[in-house]
Order: sequence, then structure tokens, then C-alpha cells
Amino acid sequence: MERYTKTAILLHWLVAILIIAAFFLGLTMVDIKGITPTKLKYYSWHKWLGVTVLWLAVVRALWRINHAPPRHPAGMAAWQVKAADAVHYLLYFFIVAVPVSGYLYTTAAGVPVVYLGIWQLPALFEGTPELKALFKPIHYWLTMAMAAFVVAHVGAALKHHFIDRDGVLKRMLP
Amino acid sequence: MKQRVLLASLLAVSLAASATVLKTDAAKSTVSATFKQMNVPVEAKFKKHNIVIDYNDKAPETSKANVEIDTASLDLGDADMNKEVAKKEWFNAGQFPKATFTSTSIKSAGPGKLSVTGKLSIKGKAADVTFPLSVKADGKNQVFDGSLPIKRLAFNIGEGEWKDTGMVADEVTIKFHVVAAP
Repeated sequence: MERYTKTAILLHWLVAILIIAAFFLGLTMVDIKGITPTKLKYYSWHKWLGVTVLWLAVVRALWRINHAPPRHPAGMAAWQVKAADAVHYLLYFFIVAVPVSGYLYTTAAGVPVVYLGIWQLPALFEGTPELKALFKPIHYWLTMAMAAFVVAHVGAALKHHFIDRDGVLKRMLP
Repeated sequence: MKQRVLLASLLAVSLAASATVLKTDAAKSTVSATFKQMNVPVEAKFKKHNIVIDYNDKAPETSKANVEIDTASLDLGDADMNKEVAKKEWFNAGQFPKATFTSTSIKSAGPGKLSVTGKLSIKGKAADVTFPLSVKADGKNQVFDGSLPIKRLAFNIGEGEWKDTGMVADEVTIKFHVVAAP
């Protein structure tokens, strides 16, 4: 069975781990009542994770241009091929859209991102309470939509592995 | 009649020589605190302040300044944050609702420049501070700009776990922009 390249596998799992970490950190930090040092730390870490996902997404996209993914297994139903492709492209979209919306949200809140506490990233516009209120639900719902597609992606991978036993999951395992 | 005119002009001259209390335009004037939180720059304005400047541009040393700031009025752009800074660990606004500055000496430091010395009191702690203040005329108004760097921990601002300067830096710059009319 044709496998993904080592680089693609590494990038896939790295991004997966970072996204899951950012997701649960995000849910945890917003539940902390009031303002505590822990909460502020989690917010910063959450933003750093998001920025890391974003630039890794760029690396992945560049890699993908010259490295086509393995073909779908023969005998997969046409609708499944279409659905698999659609989910993959949607995931790529969310990998970019979710961090970008978070970046716009924190910019709108007037809080610039200082990546890893070292590099201050540019603010694209001046924050206002109205823009903050606009971007907050956008970031939240893009995230939740992404979570739904991640569940579909994981579910499909497990179905291929345990039910179809067609080696689809194995080509992405390290 | 002549005497009256003389008296009136003398009075006018003596009035001109002493400082006059300017009318501060509170809406155009700002007092802000700038600091870093995990290296993220934060600038927050105090929404309520009372600034009285008794200014004489001919004889700056006769000038006086008095500033009162409502500590609970610091706006960090987030309701939870605004609640937090009024708490005991930060400004303790319940017990110390006002931060004040009263000048003891104002000296000219070149054209359009003043050196201001006075007593700064925050959260029951007082310190003598000196900082540069620029002044320029804008039409009828006088516009004063200055910044005063302080260390927050010297005033017990941020107690307990907030003492960590890796989280909130010790250095805080208080910036003034005062627009006042004669």
C-alpha cells in the first residue's frame, strides 16, 4: 500500500496534537472564572498554539504541492471518495480559518499576539468592542464546526481500519 | 477716575503675574497606564480623573498641579479585567478609591518643557517623583503631555500570586495628556 511521505506524516500528527491541545486549552481557559495568572497564561499559550498551527499549515500546503497524497483504495464507493476529499479540503480550510479568526478576535479585543512571548505580530486593524463582539462567535463556531469534521475524519479513519481493513489508516501511521 | 483706571490696571498686572487655574477639558484629557502582560503591551485608560492645573506660562515656578484618579475606573477593555483591578490585590479601590499626585515644584526645563516634582500616592503608599512634562499652546488651550514610569510593586499593586513580574511586568508607565483652557 502506498504511504504518505515521512514529512507529511510528521506534519499531520504534529498539527493534530497542536489542534487538540489548543481546543481543550481554549475550552478550559474560558471556563476559569474572573482573572487569574493561570487564565492569562492559558490565553497566551492558546494563541501561541494557534499561530504555530497556522505556520505549520503553510508548510503542509507547500509540501503538498509537490507531494500528491496516496490514491484512495480501489473499490471505494464514488460517494465515499467525494466525501473523503470534501472533508480533507474542509479540514485544510479550518486549519487556516480557525487560527486566523482567533487572531482577528484578539486583534479586535486590542490585545496583540506576542508569539512565544518574543515576537509581536502585527495588528491588521484597530480593535473596537463592536469588532470584538463580531469575531468572538465567528472564532467559536468555526472551531466547533472544525471539531465536527475532525470527528468525521477520525470516525472514517477508524471505519477504514476496523471495518474495511483496507490499510487507509496505516499509511498515515508513523 | 484716573486713579481707578490705574488701580484696575495694577490689579490686572498682578493677576496676570500669578498662576491661573485652567479649565481642564476632561473629555479630551487622558490618563493611562501602559505595561506588559507576558510581554503583551497593554494600554489602559482611567475613565475618571480630576486634573487641576494652576498654570502661569510667564513664571512656571508659580504653577501647581493636582491630579486625582479613580482607581476603579481603569478600563482594560474587558469587564472581568476591570473588576479584577479594583480588587484588594490590585488597587483595593474599596479602601483606596483615589490615586493622587500633588506637585511641590514645577520648573522650566527649556522652551515648552517643564520638570514636575511632587508626591504620588497610590494605595496608601506615597513616593516623591519627578518627571518631564511638555506644554504647548493649541489655539486658546494649553496642552500638557508627560509620562511617569513607576514600579507597581513599590505601591503593592498586584499582591499574592500577582507579584510575579513574569506575568505582569513591574514597570508601568503612567501617561498624561491634558487639554486645558484658560
